[in-house]
Amino acid sequence: MSSREAILGRIRRSLGASGTDAPRRDAVRHRLDATPRNVVPARGALPPAERVDLFCRKAGEVFASVVRLARPDGIPSAVADYLRSRNLPQAVRRGDDPRLATLPWEREAQLTVSTGASAGADLVGVSHADAGVAETGTLMLTSGPDNPTTLNFLPDHHIVVVDASTVSGDYETVWADLRRRFGAGAMPRTVNLVTGPSRSADIEETLLLGAHGPRSLHILVVG
Amino acid sequence: MTPKPRVGLFVTCLVDFFRPTVGFSAVKLIEDAGCEVFVPAAQTCCGQPAYNSGDRAGARALAEQVIALFEGFDHVVIPSGSCAGMIKVHYPSLFAGEPGWTLRAERLAAKTHELTAFLTDVLGVGPLPTAWEGTATYHDSCSGLRELGVKDQPRKLLAAVDGLTVKEMRDPESCCGFGGTFCVKYDEISNAIVDRKAADVRSTGANLLLGGDLGCLLNIAGKLKREGSTVEVRHVAEVLAGMTAGPAIGGAKR
Amino acid sequence: MSGAPASATFPKNARAALANPPLLKAIAHIEETLVSGRRRAVDALPEFEALRDAGRDLKAHTLAHLDLYLEAFEQKVVEAGGHVHWAADAAEANSIVLDICQAAGARTVTKGKSMITEEVGLNAFLEGNGVRPVETDLGEYIIQLRGETPSHIIAPAVHVNKEQVAADFRRVHTDLDPRRNLDEPVSLLAEARGVLRERFLAADVGITGANFLVAETGSTVIVTNEGNGDLSQILPKTHIVLASIEKVVPTLEDVATIMRLLARSATGQEMSVYTTFSTGPRRPGDPDGPEAFHVVLLDNGRSAMLGTEFEDMLRCIRCGACLNHCPVYRSIGGHAYGSVYPGPMGSVLTPSLQGLETSAHLANASTLCGRCESVCPMRIPLPKMLRHWREKEFERHLTPRKARFGLAAWRFLADRPRLYGLTTRLAAWGLSRLAGKSGALTSLPLAGGWTRWRDLPAPEGGTFRTEWAKRGRH
Repeated sequence: MSSREAILGRIRRSLGASGTDAPRRDAVRHRLDATPRNVVPARGALPPAERVDLFCRKAGEVFASVVRLARPDGIPSAVADYLRSRNLPQAVRRGDDPRLATLPWEREAQLTVSTGASAGADLVGVSHADAGVAETGTLMLTSGPDNPTTLNFLPDHHIVVVDASTVSGDYETVWADLRRRFGAGAMPRTVNLVTGPSRSADIEETLLLGAHGPRSLHILVVG
Repeated sequence: MTPKPRVGLFVTCLVDFFRPTVGFSAVKLIEDAGCEVFVPAAQTCCGQPAYNSGDRAGARALAEQVIALFEGFDHVVIPSGSCAGMIKVHYPSLFAGEPGWTLRAERLAAKTHELTAFLTDVLGVGPLPTAWEGTATYHDSCSGLRELGVKDQPRKLLAAVDGLTVKEMRDPESCCGFGGTFCVKYDEISNAIVDRKAADVRSTGANLLLGGDLGCLLNIAGKLKREGSTVEVRHVAEVLAGMTAGPAIGGAKR
Repeated sequence: MSGAPASATFPKNARAALANPPLLKAIAHIEETLVSGRRRAVDALPEFEALRDAGRDLKAHTLAHLDLYLEAFEQKVVEAGGHVHWAADAAEANSIVLDICQAAGARTVTKGKSMITEEVGLNAFLEGNGVRPVETDLGEYIIQLRGETPSHIIAPAVHVNKEQVAADFRRVHTDLDPRRNLDEPVSLLAEARGVLRERFLAADVGITGANFLVAETGSTVIVTNEGNGDLSQILPKTHIVLASIEKVVPTLEDVATIMRLLARSATGQEMSVYTTFSTGPRRPGDPDGPEAFHVVLLDNGRSAMLGTEFEDMLRCIRCGACLNHCPVYRSIGGHAYGSVYPGPMGSVLTPSLQGLETSAHLANASTLCGRCESVCPMRIPLPKMLRHWREKEFERHLTPRKARFGLAAWRFLADRPRLYGLTTRLAAWGLSRLAGKSGALTSLPLAGGWTRWRDLPAPEGGTFRTEWAKRGRH
């Protein structure tokens, strides 16, 4: 008997249950299909403008910096501004995400933009989030051909663009959107929920930023 | 004229042995509130030491005794959160699978109350004609607090005592380290815990420590005395009943 | 777990802890940080209590259907291109992980923080077989350098101060300038970041645990603040997840529910910095990510807990709130428990994993104050289960003789009201005379455990029952 059979058998014996019992199977099938919401905090249930305000405030509380832009074409100069403000070289790496690729990067002539996954030498990464969650100031990023996950973790500084229209009040809304995009029960390889820059309090419970991931998270909210 | 409620007083083994004044204070409070008080002579122990030590059979035997002795009263009142908790919360589970005893246990549980909860929640007593000049701090015993929800009731009663101010500790709800046999089985750890509690008591600047459970009070008083503190320790019933002429817990006889 | 269980020598361990001032100082600090943090976060979320109910209920439902949810999870992992392995016990889990590492030709392995890998003793096993595991969570890295075990389930190095960390870094990071300044935590963090970055990039295999296994999607979820678990899994060619079977939850919504409870209960944050959902290996066209994805499901005693009075313990989400609020943990820290899992949750779980014979002290070293249960986000009835262990101990006659005798003597008296009355009257009078005017006793034969540390307040002299009878009352 394989360990698989032994473990499942022990579980069934302990529960006094059968694996072929129809009501049990139905209960499981039902929950997996219906994906019911449990308790959703009311705090994110706001009209769009207030929701985005809440997102920005919450992100600030977890030490992300936030800048609001009216239009996407303002992104390249916002990136250049950030680099200047931190005395960083004018160089960033981004994925092939079309939302970033089609921006007027050429307007920032001094800015070098490389593309693709990071090998660890990049100081600044630029990504496009799929959604924001106002409840906690969280960004959702998904892996894919255009979105290297390494950009979310290797560079010292992470600049993330998020459309104001994708800022939802709670996680449940984000899951529903994810199912629409990828199909029910399907996921990209990696979904990152990012809430602020990397931190650790492991040394004498002193809170410090920049443990292994980015020491700084800069969010550009567009729209 | 409606007959007075008949209250059975479960005095508790610690009050019976160490500090009868608490029992008499409880009697006075309950009588002044318009009840008739009876103290069944054959009462001994609620069974909590056996229960917490894993001796279910021993606990159950004592529970049967207590149920038989007290189930005839309108209310059962106890000047202790831990004994009241034992009867209210745990007695029914001692008789799982036996509908007869379970029903009797549940009925007793329903009419058993910790003293301050009885006065406040059941009888709704108003301000008591008592005075005590000074500042007191209040220790919330774990069973009373977490099993019975006793928190506001003693404070409400104390707020009406003339001249008395209550100053809260930093953490009134943290355990004092008594825990029944724990305090002697793991005495070093118990000491570390009561050490923190005593420091918290002293930091309030209060000259009186009050609480609803004699086990906790003996423990904290013993620690305060060993440290040479002058903080007086009494059961809250003593102050509410105005029976503070005698020595405090562990206090010198005059 | 290797070696004889240290939980059997708990009283000795506790004594050592109480004699260690730097340890006590570090543990005391938890009050200001984790306890206050939790309080603030809970006060700021009106739905917190309702979320606790929801968390408890969804986990209870999951456990009642655990076999089916595990099968559903497995199917989705395989659909996404991953592999699922089932390990009945620690030895099997270690052997499976080693096989995967050897098949991948692994020399070094980076590890995200995982209590399960502590439980099975994975690091020692890998090292003994020529594979070098590198802990990357800062706290775990520190204790790995020190050859220690974690003393807290979410803050593993809480017992270590910054001077000790600096000394360990100097001892181990020998290629760095000896004159460098390591006085402050920020320099220590920067050094760890640099050293571990090299390890991340060089690792052949990454091993993480999982806070959740999502049946709906076949995803494993890790929750970190540092990002180390992410770097451990996206850089190497192979990602291995080692998780115990009760980590399964049905849906993404269920993850969201528990996520809202987890960080708040653990540290007072509303969300940990990185919550990462990993589903299978990289997809065609992905620019990065592991090429192989393995999930090792571990039983190691969990299936035997189902259907017993200890089943509720399987709801635990390893937040550590019970530790932070426990008066015993706060007095002695985690190592004294001598178990992978300390504090209240450890005291309940350890006997199930290790056997009661070597861990009975843990369930007894508690005042049953109930603070743990009051802060547990999943409403686990910890005191009730501690009592259950005491009952089992009593039934199996494992209770120390002295304690059994004391209980029997008390029972003998309590069953006989007249004898009880006589004995107590005599003893109360005797002790009151002994204490004299002072009102307290500083020492008393047989009561050394009390009087060593505290005075024993004297009885008033007469017992209540005799005084009551004297007044002609009934």
